Amino acid sequence: MYKYDSYDQEMVDTRVAEFRDQTRRRIEGHLTEDQFKPLRLMNGLYLQLHAYMLRVAIPYGTLNSAQMRVLGDIADKYDRGYGHFTTRQNIQYNWIKLDEAPDILADLTTVEMHAIQTSGNCIRNISSDQYAGAAADELVDPRPYAELLRQWSSFHPEFVTLPRKFKIAVIASDTDRAAMRLHDIGIQIVKNAAGELGARFYAGGGMGRTPMIAPMIRDFVPLDQLITYSEACLRVYNRYGRRDNKYKARIKILVHELGRDEYVRQVEEEFAHLLTQGIEPPIAELERIVPYFADPAYDRSAPDSVDRSDPDFALWLDRNCHAHKQPGYSIVTISLKPVGGIPGDASADQIRLMADLGRDYSFDELRVTHAQNIVLPHVRKADLYALWQKLEAAGLGTANLDQIGDIIACPGLDYCSLANARSIPLAQKISERFAAPEKQAAIGELKLKISGCINACGHHHAGHIGILGVDKKGVENYQLSLGGSEGADTSLGKITGPGFDEDGIVDAVEAATEVYLANKQGGERFLDTYRRIGMEPFKDAIYAKEPVNG
Amino acid sequence: MVETQLRFRSDEPVGDPAITVDNFGEQTNAAAVRIEPGDDARELLPYLDRLKLVEVNFPAFTDGRGYSAARILREAGYQGELRAVGDVLIDQLFAMRRCGFDSFAPQAPLDPADAEAALSRWADVYQATADGSPAIWAKRHG
Amino acid sequence: MKILTGNDLKSGAVVWWDGNGWSLHVEDAVDAGDQADAILATESAARRVNAAYAIDATREDGTVRPAHIKDRIRALGPTVRMDLTLKPADPEAGSWVI
Repeated sequence: MYKYDSYDQEMVDTRVAEFRDQTRRRIEGHLTEDQFKPLRLMNGLYLQLHAYMLRVAIPYGTLNSAQMRVLGDIADKYDRGYGHFTTRQNIQYNWIKLDEAPDILADLTTVEMHAIQTSGNCIRNISSDQYAGAAADELVDPRPYAELLRQWSSFHPEFVTLPRKFKIAVIASDTDRAAMRLHDIGIQIVKNAAGELGARFYAGGGMGRTPMIAPMIRDFVPLDQLITYSEACLRVYNRYGRRDNKYKARIKILVHELGRDEYVRQVEEEFAHLLTQGIEPPIAELERIVPYFADPAYDRSAPDSVDRSDPDFALWLDRNCHAHKQPGYSIVTISLKPVGGIPGDASADQIRLMADLGRDYSFDELRVTHAQNIVLPHVRKADLYALWQKLEAAGLGTANLDQIGDIIACPGLDYCSLANARSIPLAQKISERFAAPEKQAAIGELKLKISGCINACGHHHAGHIGILGVDKKGVENYQLSLGGSEGADTSLGKITGPGFDEDGIVDAVEAATEVYLANKQGGERFLDTYRRIGMEPFKDAIYAKEPVNG
Repeated sequence: MVETQLRFRSDEPVGDPAITVDNFGEQTNAAAVRIEPGDDARELLPYLDRLKLVEVNFPAFTDGRGYSAARILREAGYQGELRAVGDVLIDQLFAMRRCGFDSFAPQAPLDPADAEAALSRWADVYQATADGSPAIWAKRHG
Repeated sequence: MKILTGNDLKSGAVVWWDGNGWSLHVEDAVDAGDQADAILATESAARRVNAAYAIDATREDGTVRPAHIKDRIRALGPTVRMDLTLKPADPEAGSWVI
């Protein structure tokens, strides 16, 4: 993975000094809250429901064991002993004090980490595929391009006062594991007919109040024009994105209102101009970054077979271990979704344990997924059993990847001042209802996602089953949607009908799974059966029970 | 008229009143113009040789359109005074300088020591803008 | 009644106007009545509170119950981590929140 040079280190160190000074000026009264708020947001510091919340950046979801260990130590030293892994591959701490925030940022710089631009109206953490560098189906590792974009976007003077937040995802395979088309800009690294690498750009995707799938805006941008083209996209957005209405300020609204073709025309015009300005790093810069993401020193004689005699291990092996491009190796997902647990939360001890496991079993590398789990990308198959035993002992061995128990849930009204309803207790109830491994196995792949409000941080629009918390005259209520998907076949979920209370929605989810099981053909997943038979049979079953408390 | 508090030019400031972009084209001897957030800075490109002062208004510091306007003008070769006016605060000064602003007329006076600290804090930058500062990638690759 | 709530500027803790200052405990909240705006302005300017606002609440069972569930959760703490709430030893502490 990328290592800072002295310039990168100097930049994060300077940022800490800057924020320390800004914090002092706020506490002493030289800055009002309105003036300070954008500054602290651009250092990841929210004023949240219970206290300040700090969102630390984990660039494209990649970190090493030293970094993971510091994240655990921060939870103990400055917070209440745990952290929350988010749907954008970051980590959040919920009980931060303003006057300690600069010290936390200083601690982070010692392991090349930061909280730069993890909030605010600017370009946010650039996300990527959690299997990057390990998956057999990728063209190249997407992360060098994400790193180039990370540096370009950090402290960009023209783009730190955008109309709204801006989220970019970079992938390099046709299997989209990063929900790329639901981002403000999505980039897929591709090859053209001449065999050259380049970037295919999508713009105007997003969730929230008005979910949209990003249209493609350019089929191929040569790699030595990547920054210039990105800059053109952002400049058009900065100039013409709406600033009159916070709920219509994302680029998806601009692309929708202009129409894709007009947005493309404006970007191409700006792009042609910017090509004359010399803002593109030389290709030598990409060539400098790429080797940091070279393959680890695989043991090429590692055996490809695994002893499956332990049935619990076999279950976990089949569910949580994904094929690696290198024979003898496996991509392991550590589930942060134990039955009845809080999705994405990990204690400081668990975080430090995962750091050690990354060091010992995965060439000192870990990933955070946007499904709020942790990945060890390069584990020898011969080590899987020992690894699993250690995970099991720490409550990290749940075998439910991409099953109904692998719930994505935003923090909801328990933690978030934007929320209308709590999402975590609902996730816990659903998790418990479907706890039995046989039940989960029978249902198979089912991505269930819960958002506590329309901001959709739980990505419910992209859930095979999606749940949205709403405020119904001061009482929590939940809407159910079906048929969303975030992969290459991106689709947005459709609402079933009237909402439910907390118990009602758990029953409704179960009713939906029963319809699937009764109707599935061959190897269909829940999503496939839904797409084949449509909403009606689900609706009938869901609303056939006693009066809905919606 | 709000006083210019910070100025990074050696020439004499022009005293002309800054007129609106709409009116500018018609007044063939005008040398100063004021850009509002909704104006298109490119409308001024035919007149760059006679422009001595461009004011860019920031009614709210959170409206960042003026940063693009400034860069567009500098990229087009504008060398006159480029002044940020309005809700101009300490913590945006450096980004404004990077976008090409060389004078500042904030509606509320700025603490000079804070301003100096903000402007001299960053030794390096990740991006190339028309301000001429070499980006880190340029320093890395000579 | 109208009570005032906000966050402590430095610690971020949720606080409630108790008539003289800002308490961590919602049961100390007093009715600010038509003084609400004036108190908010003075206290914010003095930085004794941050991001403060007025809400409706009722006095019942020896405590003060904010009208909206969001503020009740602010008063208590996360319902899914009772150990992190203001009264972790009291199993009944959250019974009025929802």
